[in-house]
Amino acid sequence: MQRTKFILGGLLILAAVVYLIVSSTQASAEYFMTIDELKTEGPDVIGKSLRASGAVIGDTIQYDPQTLTLSFEVAHVPGDNADIEAQGGLAFVLHEAVIDPARARMKVIYVGPKPDLLRDEAQAIMTGHMGEDGNFYADELLLKCPTKYEEAVPEQIEG
Amino acid sequence: MLADFGFGVLIVTFLVALYSVIAAILGERKQSAQMVESARRAQLLTFPLLSLTAGVLIYLLVNNQFDVSFVYEVTSRSMPTYLKITAWWGGQAGSLLFWAWLLSAFTSAVTLRKWERDREFLPWVIVVSSITLAFFLSMNIFFENPFARFYQIAGGVDAYTFKPAGGVLVTPQDGNGLNPLLRHPGMIIHPPMLYLGFVSFVIPFAFAIAALVTGRTDDRWTRLTRRWTLWAWLFLSLGLVLGGRWAYDVLGWGGYWGWDPVEIAAFMPWLAGTAFLHSVMIQEHKGLLKHWNMILIMLTYALVIFGTFLTRSGVLSSVHAFAQSAIGPMFFGFIGATFITSVALLIWRWPELQSETEMKSMLSREAFFLLNNLLFLSVLVVCFWGVIFPLVSELFTGQKVTVGPPFYERANGPLFGAMMALMGIAPLSAWGKSTITTLGRAIWKPTIPALFVPVLAYLAGYKQPVALVGFFLVAFVIFVTLYDTFRSARARQRAQKEDFFTALARLAGRNRRRYGGYIIHISMMLMAIGILGIEAFQTETQGTIAQGQALQLDGYTIQYNEVASWDDPGAGVNYTRAVVDVSKDGKYLGQLYPRIDFYFDSQQTMTIPGLRSTLQDDLYILLVDWQPVSAGGATFKVYHNPLVNWLWVGALIFITGMLFAAWPDKDPSLRPVRASKHAVEPSAAD
Repeated sequence: MQRTKFILGGLLILAAVVYLIVSSTQASAEYFMTIDELKTEGPDVIGKSLRASGAVIGDTIQYDPQTLTLSFEVAHVPGDNADIEAQGGLAFVLHEAVIDPARARMKVIYVGPKPDLLRDEAQAIMTGHMGEDGNFYADELLLKCPTKYEEAVPEQIEG
Repeated sequence: MLADFGFGVLIVTFLVALYSVIAAILGERKQSAQMVESARRAQLLTFPLLSLTAGVLIYLLVNNQFDVSFVYEVTSRSMPTYLKITAWWGGQAGSLLFWAWLLSAFTSAVTLRKWERDREFLPWVIVVSSITLAFFLSMNIFFENPFARFYQIAGGVDAYTFKPAGGVLVTPQDGNGLNPLLRHPGMIIHPPMLYLGFVSFVIPFAFAIAALVTGRTDDRWTRLTRRWTLWAWLFLSLGLVLGGRWAYDVLGWGGYWGWDPVEIAAFMPWLAGTAFLHSVMIQEHKGLLKHWNMILIMLTYALVIFGTFLTRSGVLSSVHAFAQSAIGPMFFGFIGATFITSVALLIWRWPELQSETEMKSMLSREAFFLLNNLLFLSVLVVCFWGVIFPLVSELFTGQKVTVGPPFYERANGPLFGAMMALMGIAPLSAWGKSTITTLGRAIWKPTIPALFVPVLAYLAGYKQPVALVGFFLVAFVIFVTLYDTFRSARARQRAQKEDFFTALARLAGRNRRRYGGYIIHISMMLMAIGILGIEAFQTETQGTIAQGQALQLDGYTIQYNEVASWDDPGAGVNYTRAVVDVSKDGKYLGQLYPRIDFYFDSQQTMTIPGLRSTLQDDLYILLVDWQPVSAGGATFKVYHNPLVNWLWVGALIFITGMLFAAWPDKDPSLRPVRASKHAVEPSAAD
């Protein structure tokens, strides 16, 4: 009798946890997409929670301190890390993406303080959604500058 | 030269660690006490050897030996000496060495203890700890050598352990410098604390394995390692809290915890360890859940290694950066191998770990402990799911889907709530059996005043429903705990004819684990107040204002006074500091100085908030952008974080409770309490 009670109790907890995980996953899922995918999918992705990454094009960074509105363009980079590695590492891929005019580009709009790491050839990881105007409205903006942390070789003695 | 010497000592240490593993196994096999003693001495030798290696590395760091690539990566000439020393754990090669050094120190402390009655554990404790040590040292030797140096060869400059043929040593003028984000007192203590916590969990794991191998599967191993577990838990908890404080002070987003994979990686061993800490008490009292405790400590160990792997290079790395390092597969291989071995051992000893009694009542203390365990593991599962979900979804749907902080908050919220309720109820229940009546009698009185708390909070303007439930639970747990302490002290006062405070002091002094636990539970509730405050009631505003103008937020007026910018060439930093006047409801409160620091060597800016902190709320002001004096405008972002300070107050009380519970004394835990396993436990061991 006690045993049944404990098993029932355990199942109840299990069911509750499964429910919490499943419903929370559905409620807060963010879809990883590359800029190429976002461009080709078109209106299908409007409204979905998205996460995308791209190479920041330094010349396009604009910041309006009055409204704290930041806008910049990002160029397509592969979404898969293995691909990035195969193509020569993150720093190289970002550099290639920025100088290649044929790459798909997308404008990103973000309201808030300008992040310290935003600069040319940084990797921007944006969370947000696509607007009907084809711009990406980011709620959250993460930046990585691979050259700074991963370059072990001193620059001044290269070449 | 010196770098080569450091590397040489590292290799010798590695060999000594391997020797101690082999000698311990052989000694145990051949029943040779001499052999085991030799293994023990070898194990003890690793600590001075590693200290020497570390000394060499620190010497190189402090003396700007930039031909060593690790020194080049983490220091620069402009850094003060204390930061150069702490740069030891500022990069991955150094932090692996730091981990190994701590582990060696801890295992030495363990092997130095008197072993008379537990001799049979000794060889296996040495085997487990030395294998772990050897693994970390091998990572340093084969993959992440902190002593590698720059050589120029035909193909360019790279770091090599040994001089390549035709290579010319290259000595850069200056180093990259430690990432400015890491140049903060919190960052100096945070990694060591976390690592201390990680490393001390190796000790109970080593004893668990020793118990399985030797077949001495009573609760001796848990009693021997109880203090280790408590200290491990203290350090790990402090590591997490300090990390949060650092994020709050340095990262400039007005928060302390972002459910980042790296944070979760440090949180998961804490969850498993906390569950373990609680469930060993059931084993000691009732002889129940022996398999479960073994599983928990194995899980904790695996998560500790996993957490080290993910956190070792600090916050800035995300999970994705590891693919490039050969170290990843090695870590996963090691975790897999140790986990499979331990589970195999457990299955082998499974029949000997049967429970001595049965759980009889759903309302008994042991049933509540079990529930507590399930809740901790549920949170662990939620966290683990969140971390691996992108991989799973990609595998099954081809579409990479990730979950962010809302997932963790939503899924964990109810679980945290249930844990809080349990913290109030469980300590009041009796071992074996409680009834609704006895529990109700202990609870109903403190529940009534607790009901008033959310009402008062509502009237004070805190109107968010989830937070009100949270405030009720906080008050409930605190009142129930205090009331129970009060009742026990009163009972003692009457029985012993002491005055109330003497009775209270003696009661707590003789039941330190219980009352230490009470203090910790209350501290958790205070921390919960802080978390509820910032999660539910944080407000923010931002704007660009001219000198003399002001921003308004929740009754605060923040007036922009002036801004100045200057270089500090010695430190290699440009400081931009704004002065703002803060007043609330017309009353002048003082000035705050939000800052932007620009580090020349790494070309990075750091935004340091101006912070006014009281128990009621924090005002957190960021200088976002500024124009030269002529234009006279500056952009500020202001956060109002109600009650968040209770998080740090709670953390301090937490330390107090922990020290109270774990401080060494005449060690009643080592008395042969359970000579007869069904004897009535003296309440002092509660």
